Amino acid sequence: MAGTQYRGSEITDVDQFVTDTEGLDSKREKEIGQHIGYRYDVNLVPDYKRITPFLTKYMETMGWDDLNWLEDIHMGYEDGAPAVFDRNNNGWVSIPDTIELPDNQQDRDMIARELLIKFQMSDRHPLVLLRKAYMKF
Amino acid sequence: MASVTDADLKTMTQEERVTALGMRTDQLTGRAMRIEFNPDEEERFEYPWAPDVDFNKRTELDVDEMTSTEANRQIRALMEDGYGTIVIKNPRGKHSLGVGILTRLRLIFEGSLGYFGVGLIDGPNVTINGRVGWSCAENMMAGSVVVEKNAGSTFGAAIRGGDLVSKGSVGSRTGIDQKGGTIIVGGDTGALTGFMMQRGRMVICGNAGKNLGDSMYDGTIYIGGEIKSLGVDAVPSELTDLDKDWLTRKLTLYGLLPERGVDHFQKIVAGRQLWNYDNLEPSEKKIIL
Repeated sequence: MAGTQYRGSEITDVDQFVTDTEGLDSKREKEIGQHIGYRYDVNLVPDYKRITPFLTKYMETMGWDDLNWLEDIHMGYEDGAPAVFDRNNNGWVSIPDTIELPDNQQDRDMIARELLIKFQMSDRHPLVLLRKAYMKF
Repeated sequence: MASVTDADLKTMTQEERVTALGMRTDQLTGRAMRIEFNPDEEERFEYPWAPDVDFNKRTELDVDEMTSTEANRQIRALMEDGYGTIVIKNPRGKHSLGVGILTRLRLIFEGSLGYFGVGLIDGPNVTINGRVGWSCAENMMAGSVVVEKNAGSTFGAAIRGGDLVSKGSVGSRTGIDQKGGTIIVGGDTGALTGFMMQRGRMVICGNAGKNLGDSMYDGTIYIGGEIKSLGVDAVPSELTDLDKDWLTRKLTLYGLLPERGVDHFQKIVAGRQLWNYDNLEPSEKKIIL
């Protein structure tokens, strides 16, 4: 994980935030005595060699030549569990236990992007109900 | 609430809709709702409510005699009719054109836009064969916007995702309060570029004015030219091989890759001296519905 950073401290192990839920890592966390909500490298740019067939198909459908807004999507860790932040409902969505996590953050990010797209486009996304309730017909 | 049909909802007031959909019957106090992905979710690429548009179905819309509101309504009506490529003729610097488009679309403006052009978009690919005024693509969520010439101030204000490109130079406060996405400037950028940036990436091929990255909280600024001065808490960082690959790929995509490559680019990040409000975050991240 060389070069991957979390709020100023280098991430040495991809499972760091799963196995050590209480640990305080960055200098800032040690100062305030608690870890900070989202735990991943927000500035990590995607490695396009690791893109999945689903994401390639999504890009084609949208007419994009790259991941576009998904470049900002990463697999984070909340309370020791892998999760993805969904901006459309302003909350974390958990990764089920049945999904095996790859041994590197880039592949995990690709899985996060795929799951988030499927969820956001599904009828069970909270935005569907909110839209029905509040949209202007 | 399956018994409530869309037709029923259309006859109701907003208050009645909210009640009919059961959004007032739950006890909310002290309840945190955890949502989990379904690994067997259906493969779908667009929002359930998005109109079915075809990129090969093309039309032109002359907005010379229309107000901005009329023009935007016409664009929506054409999308409902399945047009996936729409060419706008004679925009003549009108303000707020092409705003609020929330699905895939190829939108081409043959001319220049005024203030707040193509704001609040989530998905379309927009080409503007002219200039743009203040706050182009403000609050953009996804998609791409390519401006062939110069742009005004606050280019990409509060952008959250997608690619926003000006092939010319831009004014001051570019990407103010940027929360994601990529802003690319082929020429120079003015003072206070990246002011209060929170995340995302900014690529400046030319020079930057005073106070670049002032008060940035996170995110990355790549700059190929000279910096007049760095802002408070903006500091240089090491350009990694992954950064170089990403920069090369992105700039090639928009025909902006310099002849000498990207090795000369500087990388600017937050110095982390202004992180004073982190201790409020953990409680904010719990979703409560």
